[in-house]
Amino acid sequence: MLKGKHLIDLNEFTTDEVDEILGLAEKMVNNPLDYCEIAKGRILATLFFEPSTRTRLSFEAAMLRLGGQIIGFSSPDASSTSKGESLSDTLRTVAAYADIIAMRHPKEGAPRLGAKFVDAPIINAGDGGHQHPTQTLTDMLTIKSKKGTVSGLTIGVCGDLKFGRTVHSLIKAFSRYPGNRFILISPQELKIPQYIKTQVLEKGNIEFLETEKIDEVMGELDILYMTRVQKERFFNEEDYIRLKDSYILDRDKMAMAKEDMIVLHPLPRVNEISYEVDEDERACYFKQVEYGMYARMALIAKLLGVDK
Amino acid sequence: MLVVEGVKNGIVIDHIKAGKGIEVFNLLNLGEADFHVALIINAHSKRLGKKDMIKVENVMDLNLDLLGLFDPNITINVIENEKVTSKINLKLPQRVKNIIKCKNPRCITSIEPYIENEFELLDQESCEYRCVYCDEIYKIEK
Repeated sequence: MLKGKHLIDLNEFTTDEVDEILGLAEKMVNNPLDYCEIAKGRILATLFFEPSTRTRLSFEAAMLRLGGQIIGFSSPDASSTSKGESLSDTLRTVAAYADIIAMRHPKEGAPRLGAKFVDAPIINAGDGGHQHPTQTLTDMLTIKSKKGTVSGLTIGVCGDLKFGRTVHSLIKAFSRYPGNRFILISPQELKIPQYIKTQVLEKGNIEFLETEKIDEVMGELDILYMTRVQKERFFNEEDYIRLKDSYILDRDKMAMAKEDMIVLHPLPRVNEISYEVDEDERACYFKQVEYGMYARMALIAKLLGVDK
Repeated sequence: MLVVEGVKNGIVIDHIKAGKGIEVFNLLNLGEADFHVALIINAHSKRLGKKDMIKVENVMDLNLDLLGLFDPNITINVIENEKVTSKINLKLPQRVKNIIKCKNPRCITSIEPYIENEFELLDQESCEYRCVYCDEIYKIEK
C-alpha cells in the first residue's frame, strides 16, 4: 500500500511496490486520457530550493495531466528561506496547503528531514549529490519498455559517478533485481562513493567492474548510462575544467556497441554525447524524458491513493 | 604495588584500554564529582596486559551509548555492599543521536542547526556508522 508514503530513497519501497508503480506507468503511457481526472481537487507543491527546469516541469506536467493543480517555487530566492526560515518551518507551512510535495534541495538528506515534520507525502526530487529516486523510476520505466525487463542486464554507467546522484539511485535500484552487473566508467577523481561499493554492491554480491576506459567495455553493455560532469558539485573550478571532457560518446564509440544496446542520459547534456549520436536508434534519452513524466504521474497517483 | 580501596556501593569501569582512562574520566565529567572517584592507570590485566580502570563510590547514571562508542571493550561492574551485582558488557549502540557529528559539508545537518545528528550502525565488526540523512560513513576507531 503506497498511499501516504514518502519517497526519499527508492529502496525503501519493496520491489513489488516499485513494480506496481511501473505497471501503472505503462498503462498511463498507453492510455493517458483514462487518468486525466483522477487527481482532480488535489494540489502538488513543487519546492525547488535548487534550480531545475526539467524535473520541475516534469512533476508539474504529471500533476496537470492527472487533473490536479500545482503551487510552488523554482528557486530559494522566491521562498522564505531567503529570510532565514528553517526548512522544517517552510515544509510545515506548505503541507497546510498541499496534498503532496515534490522537493529538490542542494543539501543531502533534506527530504528525509522534511519527512520527519510533515504527514503529506514528500517526494525527493533530488538532494545534492545523494539520491534522485524519480529519475530512477524514469530510467527503470525506459529500460523496461525498451528491453522488456529490469533483470539480467549489463549496465554501464559513465562519467561523474562520485557526485552523480542519478547513478547512485540507479545502482541501488537495479541491484535488487537478479542478474544485473555494473561497469563503472569514470576518472579516478569521480569514482563511485565507497558506501555504494561496500553497502550496495559488495554486500549484495553484485558483480561490478571499475574502469577508466570506455572503449574496452562498450561491446559488453546492454545499457550505457551517460552522465554530465556537474559544475555545481565542485568547490574548485580548476578540477571541473580538468575533468569535464573525460568521456565523450560519439559515432565511433557507438560502432563498438551491441546492436540492441540503449543509451540513456538523465539530461541536460553538455558535450558528453555528440549530437551525431541523436540520430542513432539506440539513443533513448529523449524518450526517457517522456517516460519520466509518466513515471511521476504513476507515483503521484499511488502516493495520493487515487490510482483505482 | 599501589592499593586502592574496593568500592562499597558504586561502579567500576573496567578494561579501559591503557592510556585512555583519563579520556573516559573526562568524558563522564568525573572531575566535577563530589563523591570518591579513583582513576587507576596501567593496572595489571590478564586479558590486556595492562589496562586503566575507574572506581566510583556512587551509583550514577552512565551514558552507555557514549561509552560503547568510545570503546566497546569496556565492562561496567555494578557494586552493592561490596559485591558485584551486575556486569555490563558494552557494545556499539545501534543508533546514536548527537554524539557523532556528520562531517559531510553537503549534509542537511550542516545548515539546519536544530536537527539532531543521527547515525545508524552498519556493522559491529567494522565499527561503521551511517548518517541517516546523507549516508556518510563514520568509522569508530578501536
